[in-house]
Amino acid sequence: MLSTSTKYYVPAPSTRMFWGSIALLCLAFGAASWMNGASSGRWVVLVGFAFLLVMLVGWFSDVIAESEGGSYNHQVDIGFRWGMSWFIFSEVMFFAAFFGALFYARNLAVPWLGDIDHKLLWPDFSATWPTAGPMGEKFAPMSAGGIPAWNTAILLTSGVTLTIAHHALRANHRRSLLIWLGATVGLGALFLFLQATEYMHAYSELNLKLTSGIYGTTFFMLTGFHGFHVTLGAIMLTVMWFRCAKGHFKPDHHFGFEAVAWYWHFVDVVWLLLFVLVYYL
Amino acid sequence: MAHSTADAAVAGHAHDHHDHAHDDHAHAAPSGFMRWLTTTNHKDIGTMYLWFSLTMFFVGGVLALGIRAELFKPGLQLWHPEFFNQLTTMHGLIMVFGAIMPAFVGFANWLVPLQIGAPDMAFARMNNWSFWLLPPAATLLVVSFFVPGGATAAGWTLYAPLTTQMGPGMDLAIFALHILGASSIMGSINIVVTILNMRAPGMTLMKMPMFVWTWLITAYLLIAVMPVLAGAITMTLTDRHFGTAFFNAAGGGDPVMFQHVFWFFGHPEVYIMILPAFGIVSHVIPAFARKPLFGYSSMVYATSSIAILSFIVWAHHMFVVGMPAAGVLFFMYATVLIAVPTGVKVFNWLATMWRGSMTFETPMLFAVGFLFVFTMGGFTGLICAIAPIDLQIQDTYYVVAHFHYVLVAGSLFAMFSGAYFWLPKWTGHMYDETLGKWHFWLSIIFFNVTFFPMHFLGLAGMPRRIPDYNIQFADFNMLATIGAFGFGLSQLVFLYTVLKCIRGGEKATAQVWEGAEGLEWTLSSPPPYHSFEVPPQVK
Ligand SMILES: [Cu+2]
Repeated sequence: MLSTSTKYYVPAPSTRMFWGSIALLCLAFGAASWMNGASSGRWVVLVGFAFLLVMLVGWFSDVIAESEGGSYNHQVDIGFRWGMSWFIFSEVMFFAAFFGALFYARNLAVPWLGDIDHKLLWPDFSATWPTAGPMGEKFAPMSAGGIPAWNTAILLTSGVTLTIAHHALRANHRRSLLIWLGATVGLGALFLFLQATEYMHAYSELNLKLTSGIYGTTFFMLTGFHGFHVTLGAIMLTVMWFRCAKGHFKPDHHFGFEAVAWYWHFVDVVWLLLFVLVYYL
Repeated sequence: MAHSTADAAVAGHAHDHHDHAHDDHAHAAPSGFMRWLTTTNHKDIGTMYLWFSLTMFFVGGVLALGIRAELFKPGLQLWHPEFFNQLTTMHGLIMVFGAIMPAFVGFANWLVPLQIGAPDMAFARMNNWSFWLLPPAATLLVVSFFVPGGATAAGWTLYAPLTTQMGPGMDLAIFALHILGASSIMGSINIVVTILNMRAPGMTLMKMPMFVWTWLITAYLLIAVMPVLAGAITMTLTDRHFGTAFFNAAGGGDPVMFQHVFWFFGHPEVYIMILPAFGIVSHVIPAFARKPLFGYSSMVYATSSIAILSFIVWAHHMFVVGMPAAGVLFFMYATVLIAVPTGVKVFNWLATMWRGSMTFETPMLFAVGFLFVFTMGGFTGLICAIAPIDLQIQDTYYVVAHFHYVLVAGSLFAMFSGAYFWLPKWTGHMYDETLGKWHFWLSIIFFNVTFFPMHFLGLAGMPRRIPDYNIQFADFNMLATIGAFGFGLSQLVFLYTVLKCIRGGEKATAQVWEGAEGLEWTLSSPPPYHSFEVPPQVK
């Protein structure tokens, strides 16, 4: 329910954010010591992660309670829309850095490694994509057919089912909303399952690993960060499903749902780029 | 600084609907330390940002004095070369990410809602988190000095393969930057959304104060490039620990790739650190020239052009790294093009002063000082941008002189100008004008004593980031070190003046400066804890 008040809602003071900062401090120290060989660091990471999770769940519960309780007016709603758009823009730029690295490696760095002075260093190295570099192990690249093609179909379908769910929400057909939203979550989970299968196939049969030179690096980092975003998106969709089941959202006021839908479509578009630039080309 | 405003917090408001959480907020805000820890108030958060950045300014300053002490005489005097490299690296990281950037966010927190007539920032809780992410990040940076191998010594630009070979201190720096980046992105989204969504009725975009305009564009730059930095240091992290080959030629990667990704962030970053300074100066000069800002709309367009151009000039940092001649020419011309909008700004400020009835209180002194010294830094920047010259002066003290002219005499002097300008508004007291003037003259003299000789050192070939040097550079280095210690000590005058101003002094009126214009001067000094709950009408 949107408030008709003209007053902009400013939330009350809270200790949550401070605990979130402590959580990140634990995560950073824990991860740094873990990565440098102190295995006890993993417990610090775990504690930090648990803290962060509790903090975020609490924070989002506050926001949900405020939203359902009618604290937000139209202006606050517009603010959320702007905020989500700019957040997605920042995510676009994060992926841009990795796509940029892929472009630079394929079109500049690897060809330069094949030039005449490098021929003296590494006479057997052929500077063609895919490559693990002059010193990398042999591997077979991932083909675009099979699982990646299926995953493309799955994610595109999930975009459609999500849109149908959105239309159902707007028409206040709650049952149909739950079915289609549930289908979207299911497709997201299926995507992640297939992605995991693909990774296992890469490691066990193709000898394609994160350490397989620049091809393995860009392949796993790009698809890995994308998979991480799909995971987040699927969790967010699941939360939306439970909120819908509890009767949250109104046909004309449901930005929480729309924000997750925007995010899901963003993740979808990133996949299409991945499919063309990482798998197909 | 907002200490005396706490009482104003209890002012009651009529609510047209039941709004429980907000009532609690207005009537029973936590006090003492918990107030600062939990606050969702833009003024409190702005104050914390400013104090945090001032603290980091002194920490980074002590590191700088460590560098200058070593360079007082040729030969190794005080530190091991490894530690010297840690000092230069951490001085850069702390000043850029801990002092200058948070200080401008502090100004934005205090001023943007007041200047656009908004009750607070758009996302008040996230605003609190943006600030409270800073102390943990600073902790990581400072603690990294004490881990095995010490702090990262790869330079603030974090070039591979130096960074892929550093000890655990590097990982702490990477995580610190991740956290600072998250803080910057959240802070920027908050500022952009506040500006786009919370302006008082009637305040169209082209009626916004210049400081708000410059921050709108700065925040856009931050949201665009901080994720790219996060990407770059994530690649460094995985190269270090998980066997990826982004920057490893043996695996088909390229260390130069790091430089491209880094400077795609790094060049917009320098405008992130100067555009809000332009905004501040665009308020101070009209106030003390008692004339409206000359060429307001051209200022807006110039700021936007600088922001757009900043994305296509990054490789001017890499002329000697090696790139095709066409690339060199492109990046050189694009860089030189930035002088046009920047020149528009400088001429606009001059034209604002032209035939104004000027007085030179401390904010104006710093603004005029900024104009002189920043413009010099701009010109040396142009010189650096010319590729054939750059081949000579790359990685010399000429570059060090250049970027300290724009960052210290540019960003920092503009912030001092803004601090003196708005301190009476923030604290309700006038600062001590005599001390302010002392601070200005000491700062500008010692600044030039420190950094002007570095131009000559650089032209003569003294490399940067080296703890020892040839005997021929001794005189200028000694001079620079004397200047640096003078500059450092002069900043204690600022600290004292601020503390004195908070504790008392002549009561400030709402208007404070007769020539100042804008919504913030319509509020009492200090402004009420919750201002503009009913938005003002802007004509
Ligand atoms: Cu640059």
